[in-house]
Amino acid sequence: MSDFALILVSTILVNNFVLVQFLGLCPFMGVSNKLETAMGMGLATTFVLTLSSLCSYLAFNYLLQPLGLEYLQTITFILVIAFVVQFTEMVVRKTSPVLYRVLGIFLPLITTNCAVLGVALLNIKKQNGFMESILYGFGAAVGFSMVLILFSAMRERIAVADVPTPFKGSAIGMITAGLMSLAFMGFTGLVNI
Amino acid sequence: MLSIVLTAVVALLGLALVFGILLGFAAVRFKVEGNPIVDQIDSLLPQTQCGQCGHPGCRPYAEGIAAGEAINKCPPGGEVTIQALADLLDVEAPSLDAEHGEEKPKTVAVIREDECIGCTKCIQACPIDAILGSAKHMHTVIASECTGCDLCVEPCPVDCIDMVPVDKGLAAWHWEAPKPLNIIATDSASYHGADAV
Amino acid sequence: MTPNDIIATCSVDIFDFHGGIHPEEHKTDSNQQPIRVLGLPPKLILPLKQHIGTASKLHVEVGQTVLKGQKIAEADGPFSVALHAPTSGEIIAIDDQLIAHPSGQTDHCISLIPDGEDTWCELHPCENYHQLSASAIQHKVSDAGIAGMGGAGFPTAIKIAPPNLSNIDTLILNAAECEPYITSDDRLLQERASDVVAGLEILMQVLGASRCLIGIEDNKPEAILSLEKVLDGKTIQLCVIPTKYPSGGEKQLIKILTNKEVPSGRIPADIGIVCQNVATVAAIYRAVRFGEPLISRITTLTGEQIPKRGNVEVLIGTPIDWMLEQVNYQPAKIERLIMGGPMMGFTLPHSSVTVVKTTNCILAPSPKELPLAPPAQACIRCGLCAEVCPAELLPQQLYWFSRAEEYEKAEHHNLFDCIECGACSYVCPSSIPLVQYYRHSKGEIKQQRENQLKSDQARERFKARQQRLDREQAEKAAKRLERIEAAAKAKADKLAQTDNKTNLDEGSASTTVIQENTDSVKSEHKLAKENVNIAELILSWEKAQIKPDVMFDSSDETDGGKS
Repeated sequence: MSDFALILVSTILVNNFVLVQFLGLCPFMGVSNKLETAMGMGLATTFVLTLSSLCSYLAFNYLLQPLGLEYLQTITFILVIAFVVQFTEMVVRKTSPVLYRVLGIFLPLITTNCAVLGVALLNIKKQNGFMESILYGFGAAVGFSMVLILFSAMRERIAVADVPTPFKGSAIGMITAGLMSLAFMGFTGLVNI
Repeated sequence: MLSIVLTAVVALLGLALVFGILLGFAAVRFKVEGNPIVDQIDSLLPQTQCGQCGHPGCRPYAEGIAAGEAINKCPPGGEVTIQALADLLDVEAPSLDAEHGEEKPKTVAVIREDECIGCTKCIQACPIDAILGSAKHMHTVIASECTGCDLCVEPCPVDCIDMVPVDKGLAAWHWEAPKPLNIIATDSASYHGADAV
Repeated sequence: MTPNDIIATCSVDIFDFHGGIHPEEHKTDSNQQPIRVLGLPPKLILPLKQHIGTASKLHVEVGQTVLKGQKIAEADGPFSVALHAPTSGEIIAIDDQLIAHPSGQTDHCISLIPDGEDTWCELHPCENYHQLSASAIQHKVSDAGIAGMGGAGFPTAIKIAPPNLSNIDTLILNAAECEPYITSDDRLLQERASDVVAGLEILMQVLGASRCLIGIEDNKPEAILSLEKVLDGKTIQLCVIPTKYPSGGEKQLIKILTNKEVPSGRIPADIGIVCQNVATVAAIYRAVRFGEPLISRITTLTGEQIPKRGNVEVLIGTPIDWMLEQVNYQPAKIERLIMGGPMMGFTLPHSSVTVVKTTNCILAPSPKELPLAPPAQACIRCGLCAEVCPAELLPQQLYWFSRAEEYEKAEHHNLFDCIECGACSYVCPSSIPLVQYYRHSKGEIKQQRENQLKSDQARERFKARQQRLDREQAEKAAKRLERIEAAAKAKADKLAQTDNKTNLDEGSASTTVIQENTDSVKSEHKLAKENVNIAELILSWEKAQIKPDVMFDSSDETDGGKS
């Protein structure tokens, strides 16, 4: 049990995938203009990450390993992720057409989100068990969503503030992200995983 | 050697097949009918049905936007509508496309009744039936319903329709916005020698 | 008895509201002298809309002679008040005149030249008004043209006849008069407290309220004493509250006296409370007991540029420049006249405008006394505005949203709960005109809502028109079908009369052709009918969601000769 808590704390705070490991920066910068969009993206990514880390674990341990095809892990994981993202796209399109329209190209781009592939590969590297893999993926997604929501809330406020013209838009966004990353450095050493 | 390659290929193909079948089921299960975003876009358009955007009415333009058309083609809606559409679709808000007309102050049509010959051409042209009248009887515009779309002016054979600016007086008045502050000198237009706005 | 003794004997607990400021009171500038009655001005200009709601309907014509107190405009519907001639004279014009409004625009007004006689019309006093029914009293109040005289101008007849009358248990008299400089209610209480208390008793009778509270600030010791004398032995409770701006705001006063909060977007009647201004209550008494309509009010004339400061009783419609002459007004180089107080008043665009039912103060400050605001600077996010906001809003956030025109977010942050008291602008260290931003945003949001309603209505009409055109097409197709069938039938009959054998083949051939035509027209008709059905279905479904006021059906004949 405490292992699970440690995994969650580690993936959400200490080794946050966006601000500490610098994975998944594309949707982080691209979808964080409005809070509602960011929340939708966070939910979609959570769904994708959890499901894909589960499917990747199953594919690796029950297909690749018995057949001695571990070297195919990258291609297999990409296949798994593509399937999960395609499925998620269909679900989002059905349940919320506005979110589907608003996320636009970023929804299929979750396929190329390095955080998703990163989670799958890191699970293998750490030789995580079944529950641990799922939790690792879920924790990574929660960390991603949390940071995305925080960042978009800040960006909404910055958008209406007195920002000097050269800094308006992505420039001040990048600076803010850098400062957030510095803040998250404070969690180093909290948990040793 | 060959058997290893074969195993690899078969394994991957098998995986892809399984996923393909699952996606096929999902596609049927999560089929989407129609396009609900069109309704939301249509509710933001001003409903003048004037055709200045190039479509025969506001709904066809809404469908066009849903299919990917530019959002800056509506002069009666003006900047406000462009901004609202940009917010809904989370895209950039371009300025009004001058090709489709320019933003004018709101007007209503007024028929000069002395000159009206009762031909009903304007009644047929009005997209929202805001003109009252029938053949060989006086025509008049219901001012509260007129959207100022301009479509009745052309068909009138005696050219007796004027577009008059709407002035609701005290009821339409509200406080002006305070002057914007220019804290950073280089941001203001006058600093660079441009004409003060 | 001193005010402190009264505080000790007040049995009602006093609470507090969030925030508030303590600007300089300037009350003693004008509350030391008794109320003066200014005479008849040379001309009276009476706007038809001196209240919130619909403008009054004209009841007189140009050239007509009227008596004092005669009704010159009726209430137009329930959300309107009547208007009465303040003195006897002749109506010389009914046209657009400049009115006391920040826009500087004109509005429909009645112009009256007094004849100097000041003859009253027939009044209907009522000595035993205690026996009148609530609706009779409400009718008298409505007939007397009384609107809220504290500055808002809400039709009083509606306020004292709320839909949930049985739930009203508390009547509050707003004697706080928290805004600096204004002392009209103060002097009214000092000199005519019996009128006010009698009016309160009438209202308690009408509303069926079980208790009545008077909220008065502690900077009015003489008024408190005067009230205490009149209230001796009555059940009305006098509550002296600490001086703080804006404790005279309706919701704030209710919070202070009852610790209840009026929910966002609702009115005090929803929580069983009715709040009235001092002058309004006095006017109610005069109307019910003596039948006197509202034709005059007490106005404070103050500010350093007025030598003879104090309160005056003026007729409604008195020109302000004439009033100022009577008090030896000396305009400085930059003339600045404010109607209302320094916090919530507005600068008069012209001094030729006239007093209306809601004019509680004319302020003529010198530039040193009330300097113009310095230019606004950047917001330093100090948060002082949120500390003083009596409505517990976030003025800083509202400022950012108003500046960026993000009206949805501003509305979400309860922009419409802002009472525009000006406390936030008062404390802002960067002198940002916060209230101006909120007023502008409120106006923009209201306009957007109106535009949205209009465009929804236009969409309905467009759909109705499409349906009409489809229906006409279907009818045309049906008629064509009938004609073809009739023609076919006629031809068949004719063929039957001639030689059957020889013409049979031709007949059958032509019948086949006719049959084909009929079939095609039938299918066209069916298609048109289907279109009409679908269109009707969509239309009825939409109608259920949006109900426009007028559904224009062009198939009706119009009025023939009328243009």
